[in-house]
Amino acid sequence: MNAETFGRLLLRGGSVIDPERQTTRRADVLVVGGRIEKVESGIPAAGAEVIDCRGLYIAPGFVDMHCHLREPGREDEETIASGTAAALVGGFTRVCPMPNTEPPIDAEAQVRFEIRRAAEAGFARVHPVGCCTKGRQGIELAEIGSMVEAGAVAFSDDGSPVADPQVMRRVLEYCKAFNVPVISHCEIRELVEGVANEGGVSTRLGLKAGPDVAESAQAARDVLLAEFTGARLHIAHVSARATVDVIRWAKARGVQVTAETCPHYFTLTEEALAGFDANYKVNPPLRSDDDRKAVIAGLADGTIDVIATDHAPHLKGEKDAEFDAAPPGIIGFETAFSLGYEKLVLGKVLPLADYVARLTEVPRRILSLPAVRVTVGSDAELAVLDLKAEWTYEPPRVLSLSRNSPFLGWTMHGRVSAVLLADRLFRF
Amino acid sequence: MKLRSRHLLGIEGLDRSEILTILDQARTFREVLDRTIPIVPALRGRTVVNLFYEASTRTSTSFSLAASRLSCGCVNFSKATSSVSKGETLLDTARNIEAMGVDGIIIRHQSPGAPHFLSQHVKAFVVNAGDGAHEHPTQALLDAYTLREKLGSLNGKRVLVVGDIAHSRVARSNLLCLARLGAKVAVCGPPTMIPPGIEQYGCEVFYRLDRILYEVDVVNMLRVQQERITSSSFPTVREYRSLYGLTRERLRKLAPEVVVTHPGPVNWGVEMDFDVADFSRALVLPQVTNGVAVRMAVLYLLAGGEGEVRS
Repeated sequence: MNAETFGRLLLRGGSVIDPERQTTRRADVLVVGGRIEKVESGIPAAGAEVIDCRGLYIAPGFVDMHCHLREPGREDEETIASGTAAALVGGFTRVCPMPNTEPPIDAEAQVRFEIRRAAEAGFARVHPVGCCTKGRQGIELAEIGSMVEAGAVAFSDDGSPVADPQVMRRVLEYCKAFNVPVISHCEIRELVEGVANEGGVSTRLGLKAGPDVAESAQAARDVLLAEFTGARLHIAHVSARATVDVIRWAKARGVQVTAETCPHYFTLTEEALAGFDANYKVNPPLRSDDDRKAVIAGLADGTIDVIATDHAPHLKGEKDAEFDAAPPGIIGFETAFSLGYEKLVLGKVLPLADYVARLTEVPRRILSLPAVRVTVGSDAELAVLDLKAEWTYEPPRVLSLSRNSPFLGWTMHGRVSAVLLADRLFRF
Repeated sequence: MKLRSRHLLGIEGLDRSEILTILDQARTFREVLDRTIPIVPALRGRTVVNLFYEASTRTSTSFSLAASRLSCGCVNFSKATSSVSKGETLLDTARNIEAMGVDGIIIRHQSPGAPHFLSQHVKAFVVNAGDGAHEHPTQALLDAYTLREKLGSLNGKRVLVVGDIAHSRVARSNLLCLARLGAKVAVCGPPTMIPPGIEQYGCEVFYRLDRILYEVDVVNMLRVQQERITSSSFPTVREYRSLYGLTRERLRKLAPEVVVTHPGPVNWGVEMDFDVADFSRALVLPQVTNGVAVRMAVLYLLAGGEGEVRS
């Protein structure tokens, strides 16, 4: 993916979205030497390269607080370079890879490795999530403090949830020293026999399944532990109505809890499993339409704060298998903005600026990342959005090394048409 | 009349008239089986493969026999002696077998949907011989055939399926098939063995056998998998037998016209007492015989036999 470099760049005629103040206003943006020099209407070109942004929107670059980049260990599925390029196409200028690599990211050196690799690639920046326990084993605390110093921004064993409540309590307590959130992939493993939602559909298809209570009961435990310890908790990929209810209840009690969901949980349901296509196999599983509606309601009332992708690359050869045998997970960087725009903005769930905030300002605040604003004096880090675009998700647009998406071939509304990182412009 | 699909993946994809087409075709072949030389040239020159990833006696033998009675070649593949033990994927195995030039693949697999997956990747026709807890369509068809032979039309007949409904592909296929043939179905088992949403099959659910057993025309007993004991689905074999088993005492109280079916293999002394073996209305062995005729019908209809059903 090639970038054009500009000394003076004028984005002319667009509308600037401010997700912090939740406003949108018409303004030209002048970027000089990678820094925003002016944001006002009617800026003269004066030797700058002019990009016609009439009808387009300009937003801060997006943050994805939950993804998998597979490096180190599974560079055949994705590398930090390919993954951060795919992220950029989706408008994400910063991504937080989960630590379930081989080996896992459970010490300072691995954190530095990921950050360096991303810097070498020069696409989206990486803010690693470190393991909360050594080797993701759920037994001993990992060196969380050293990883914070190296640049890790949150801690989680992700797909291997901490089962022992005493260990989870210690993780939460320990993280208070660094004011970093613990991200919980809520799943009581003993309740789960397979990766499908337990219910009428799994019964009809004979699929081994796990019930929604495997997620919600763990969420209930973790919000209560967060309350007890006074620590910060973030619930990953909320997929079930009962989990939304638990989080809403905890927030009302003043627990320091935040939550994310992913586009597939507000777009698809378990009915999609009828053809046994493993590209619909995700963990947590796609659930009922009632759950899907509850996730949307949770986004609408702020119970669910953030939209993350859970971008999880797997090769065609791995997904081209019987449903039971295929690994769970789908790629998501390149489709997230469009799916959310269609379901949430066009679906009148969230106003545009609030929707953009769930991809930018809100995850930034949770992770204590530096603010990114489209204001005078800021470094340029922005996404140009073409909300009128109608496009089809298919291979030329797939930069990920893997193509395990149920949305291939879908016609989407709204897309990211360019990303500006300092003085480098990426056009898609 | 032909079937709409090139494959037999489940009862779910068959409508009532297709089920009846198969059963009527099976009746023709059932008559062939009683001949001195029970063989017809209907599928001469064709070859099918029995691709069995799970242990099976009845079903794989039954398909082999069905093929040979139709003059159709049949290759048997079992997981233990194949390259699967070297880690070959299902897709690779099937593509290799297909490359050897087979017309049809009969597959039994532990993963639900494996036959559907296969049908999207090979040119051969695919017959589902049991996929995980999903479906076992030829078992349901042979059960329907056997019941119709004994009872005539199933319209309005009351059928009770007893046992581990949650893990049973036979239960799912039977519930679909019997309902499409007009029977009124009910299921009975401990709540730990009744899956969520079973009502979508249009069946009533009973947790206590004695509340419903004496009101039905057909009792379909399911095999209880002993390994379920360890997964805490029920406490002991003894308690299972006393609550859900077709015991000597219950057998004695059944009305004389009630019939009993079981897909086999039977755990004698668990879901059924030994006495049932001698019960004249137990259809366990006729089910097996009819199974060959039903599978002949399925292969014949899918392989596109030319109607040469003659001796």
